[in-house]
This record gives sequence, C-alpha cells and structure tokens, in this order.
Amino acid sequence: MSAGQLPRWVDYGLIPLLNLAAAFLVSGLVVLLIGENPLEAVEILLWGSLGFGEGVGFTLFYATNFIFTGLAVAVAFHAGLFNIGGEGQAYVGGLGVALACLALDQYVPWWVTMPVAVIGAALMGAAWAFIPAWLQAKRGSHVVITTIMFNFIASSLMVYLLVNVMAKPGSMQPETRTFEEGGRLPFLNDLQSWFDFGTAPVNLSLIIALIACVLVWVVIWRTRLGYEIRSFGANATAAVYAGMLPVRIIIVTMLISGGLSGMMALNEIMGSQHRLLIEFVAGYGFVGIAVALMGRAHPVGIVLAAILFGMLYQGGAELSFEKPAITRDMIVVIQGLVILFAGALENLFRPALVRIFTPSRVPAVQAG
Amino acid sequence: MFENFQTLILILDSTVRLSTPLLLACLAGLYSERSGIVDIGLEGKMLGAAFGAGAIAYLTGNAWLGLLGGIGVAILLALLHGYASITNRGNQIVSGVAINFLAIGLTALLGQSWFHQGGRTPPLPKGGRFQDIVLPGAEAVKDVPFLGPIYYELLSGHNILVYVAFAAVPLTWWVLFRTRFGLRLRAVGENPAAVDTAGISVILLRYRAVIICGILTGIAGSYLSIAQSSGFIKDMTAGKGYIALAALIFAKWKPVNAMFACLLFGFLDAIAIRLQGQALPLIGEVPVQFFQALPYILTVILLAGFIGKAIPPKASGVPYLKERT
Repeated sequence: MSAGQLPRWVDYGLIPLLNLAAAFLVSGLVVLLIGENPLEAVEILLWGSLGFGEGVGFTLFYATNFIFTGLAVAVAFHAGLFNIGGEGQAYVGGLGVALACLALDQYVPWWVTMPVAVIGAALMGAAWAFIPAWLQAKRGSHVVITTIMFNFIASSLMVYLLVNVMAKPGSMQPETRTFEEGGRLPFLNDLQSWFDFGTAPVNLSLIIALIACVLVWVVIWRTRLGYEIRSFGANATAAVYAGMLPVRIIIVTMLISGGLSGMMALNEIMGSQHRLLIEFVAGYGFVGIAVALMGRAHPVGIVLAAILFGMLYQGGAELSFEKPAITRDMIVVIQGLVILFAGALENLFRPALVRIFTPSRVPAVQAG
Repeated sequence: MFENFQTLILILDSTVRLSTPLLLACLAGLYSERSGIVDIGLEGKMLGAAFGAGAIAYLTGNAWLGLLGGIGVAILLALLHGYASITNRGNQIVSGVAINFLAIGLTALLGQSWFHQGGRTPPLPKGGRFQDIVLPGAEAVKDVPFLGPIYYELLSGHNILVYVAFAAVPLTWWVLFRTRFGLRLRAVGENPAAVDTAGISVILLRYRAVIICGILTGIAGSYLSIAQSSGFIKDMTAGKGYIALAALIFAKWKPVNAMFACLLFGFLDAIAIRLQGQALPLIGEVPVQFFQALPYILTVILLAGFIGKAIPPKASGVPYLKERT
C-alpha cells in the first residue's frame, strides 16, 4: 500500500484528480438534493471566478490567503506534524501586522511599513505556534490537540484585545482605526496596467506569497534543515539515529509553519481591510489543510490548489447571488468533501489502481 | 448569606444544564479514543445531530422521534469516520476535520433550503421538545431551608436527557471496566495486535466503539436543539465538541473524571454568563473572554505535565494493518 508501487504520474496526478472528481461528484449530488441543476451551477461558478477581470482578481485574492495557510500546513506535514492551529496563528499574526501599521502608517510610505509588517506577522504567528511546538518536543503532548486549544485561546485573546484595548476610542465596533496610506499594500491594479482587476482587493501580498512558495521549496528540498525535516517526517527513529535533534526539528518546523500562517494576515489586514477586525481569519486557516492535502504538500501543488479554492470562494459567492438556494455554505460543503476524499479517503482508489498499473510479472509476494 | 446560597444554587443549576452536552460528547469521545480511533469530529457529529433532531422534531412534533433522528444523523457521520479511518486506514485527524466541515456546511445549506429561515429550523411544537421533569416530592420540600432548594432546583426540574447523561457515567465505567466488551475495547486501543492474535476482530470492535460514539454525540446534539432550546440554530454547537475533547484529555480518558471535568468546564461557562460585566471582590472585573478561554488554558497546562500527566491510549490514531503473508 506504500508509495512507489505506482508510477509517479499516477501517484501525483491521477489519484488527486480522481479524489477531486469524487468530491465534486458528491457536491453535485448535494446541489441536486436542494433542487438545482449542478451543471448550471458549475457554469456560474466558472464564469464568476474566471469570466471577467474582477472575478479573477477576487479569485487571486482568496488564493493568496490559501497559499499562506496551505504552505504552513505543508511544511509541518513534511516533519510528520499536523499543525491544525493555522486559524489561531493567522489571527494573532494579524496583531503583528496591525501593530506595525498602526505605529508607522502616519509617518512613512507603505514600502517602509511592509517589511516591518511582514516580520510582525511572521513573528506573532510563530510565537503562537511556539508553545504547542515546545510541548510536543519536550513533553510529548500531541500538537494537534494543543494547536486546537490555542485556536480558541487566540480567539478569546483577540476579542478581548479588540474590545477592551485596541478599539477605536469612542467606537463600539471591535476593530482598530483604519490605516492611513502608509499602512496599506498597493493593489495589483495600481501596480500594472495590462490587466484590469476591477475593484478586487488582490494586492502585493500575492507576490509575497509566491516568493514564500519559492523559499519553502528551497528550504525543504535544498537545505540541510529541509533534509532533516523530511527525514524526521519519514522516519523519526532513523533521523534520531542519524544524529538529528528531534527537539530542534519540531520547534523550528512549527515556527516556520506558524510564521507562514501569520503572514496570511498581511493579505487580509494590510492588503484589503486596512484595519484589524474580529474574526478576519474566517476559516482560511482550516482550509489550508485541504489546500496542503490537495497540493500534496508541494509549493507548485499548493499554488494550484489555492487557485482552485480561490475559484470556489469567488465563484461560490457569485453562485449564491445568482441562485439564492445555493448559499455560500455550499463552499464549506465542497471543502469538507475535498478534505474527505483527498485526505481521509486518500486510499479509496489506490488498491484498484495498484491492480491496474502493477505489471503482472512482479510476484505478488512483494505487495503488502 | 441566604441570598448567596440562592445564587450559588442557581449557578450550579445552570452548570448542570451546560455540562450535559459536554458530558455526553466527552463520553462519546471516550469510547472512540479508548478503542484507538481519535475523534476530533465530535463537534460536527453534535451539530449534525442537533440539526437532524430539530428538523424531525419539528416535522413530527415528537421529541422522541427527533432524538432518534439526531442519533441517526450522528451515527451516519460516525460510520463515515469509521469507514475512512478503520476500513480505509486514512488519517483520523483529517477525517475528523472533514466531518466538522461537512456538518457546518450541510446543516446550514439544507436548513436554508428546507425551512427558509436563515439556516434555523422553525420553533418546535409543544410535543417536539423534551420538557423538564419535576421529581416526586420536589414541590413539597421546596421551602425546607438549604436541602429544599438543592433538591428542587439542582436535582429536580431537568429534562430527561440530563439524567441520561449523568446515568451514562456509571454505566460507561461499568461497561469499560467490568465487562468483556470493555476489556477488549481498552485492549484494542492499547495493543490491537494482541487483540487480533486472540482471535477477536479489531475492525468490528472499533466499528462498535465508533457507533457508540455516534449514539452519544447524537444525544448530545439533540439535547442542544430539542431540550435546551426549541429548535436548531446555525452553528449552535459553537465549539462545544472541542471543549468536550479538552475535557476528555483533562479527564485522562476516565469516565468519572470526565464527569468532573465537564462539570468544571460547565461551571466556568455558568460563571462567565453570571459575571458578565460584574466586578469580583479583590480582583475587579474579569473579562468574560478569560472564562471562555480557561478550559483550553487548563487543558494545555495539564498537557504540559503540570497537573499530573495525560497519557492517551497507546494505539490511538494509528490505523491497524493486519499482517498479510
């Protein structure tokens, strides 16, 4: 049942496609169940996400969020860790972005604020991942459980801070003041003129996300640290026997992962909302799990999966506008089904494919 | 003095009400995790059950049919989890996450499509909701000082599911530690290979544990929509499944501990509601978010090893692969 029994194109191409097809097939059944036409829904979804400039802009804007959270989950996957705390890390990362912007926006232009905000986001996100990482490394308490707990703690902490500490004076809204020009990333529309994204808030964060993809690829596949991370993930015992330090690997991996999650806040807070507000993460952290699974924890796969989920988000919004019966909750259903088929039921089609693609001259003894 | 006592009784009374869904979900998780199947999908199963119960109780006007509907939905989701993690040997965490997503999305989508009330189910007719039960003699002893209010407010006057939840604690203890099934269940969570060698089906045992988990989360979810409130509200579990998970760890996977952990977390919730905007003597006003975060903070401290050590069943989360030759 292990990898390597199948040709690579089947393992990395056909199986994800089959899983995705199954997820969409069941989604289609759900659409039928509520009395709408699935094919019509697909048409609206595709047109809404790719059919016009603004739609493409929104698709890319959502995709930016998913690239960050997807990379975060993927990096942890490589070390055999499951960071389910992207939600909390991104939320606290927003605090780092907002503090940088609030402190600098009135004095300096955006390109001075930007590096500070990037560092703030990454530092805060990483800090929020540190305690679960430390507990996993030193105390052996499972990182899945602690990161779930930290999601809730982050949510309470941020509500407290936004309501009691950071709220605009004299306002009942749990949000900070709106940033000035110096605290806003430029929209892609303002940076180039050959493609019109309309009013879509897709911004410079997309470029930062793509740079992050390259960096993650370099770190994971071209550095000593990446080699240690992958070895530890593949076989922790062997890695330790080879002289690698598990405590260091676990903590460093989780810090990178948390930092990447935190940087998602850049897109939402500095790129689009221009203020820190409650619940801005809105599930993007969790969707990162689906993105990383779909993308097979590889940056290229993650970008593709992130665009797919961006299309679902934008197209789904358009769909709920055209067909009120298909509310935006449909997106959540599709995400659930993708996570189910691409993740939990990953092995559903594998035995059949192994039977098809295994040449008969291989003795049966070797299987199993 | 007497007034403080009255307040205390009222807080404890709401503690019992708030702990009930946690306790049911916590015991549900206990069966599953003791058999080696990690379940972070408690939240989703509860939510699905709450919707199923709310919808069926509204349509039939019968709370018992609603309960059955809720349990049915939860069992279906539990079997999905079982199929993914036992039969397909998939990642149990991922499967749990998927179930949570599916439950949030489907309940809202179907709720809107069937009832057109923004994802809620319509208010229940009278018979569609579990009514509070007044225990015998409660009215008579109501005015007896101290013991009267304890019996009248605290022990009496809850709906049947509250009593079911607390009865499930000794029952679970008995099943786990005094029956053959319980022994095997615990064994399969620690060392499935040994159970297999003894000629007992690991797969069947784990499926049974997962189904029990479904039944209990089904009751927990039904409690929310057709006992505690009158109808399903979008996303009404609001993280209770995760608190139950925290309680399970806090209780170190033991039934009686689970009851105390859930009562503690329910108590924190009751205090948070009670103290909203009120100042405490000496400390001043404590932000309500602090009480909301406290169950998770306590669990993390426990996991850090500062309050004893929480050791999960050894084989939990590990798919069992029967060796083939």
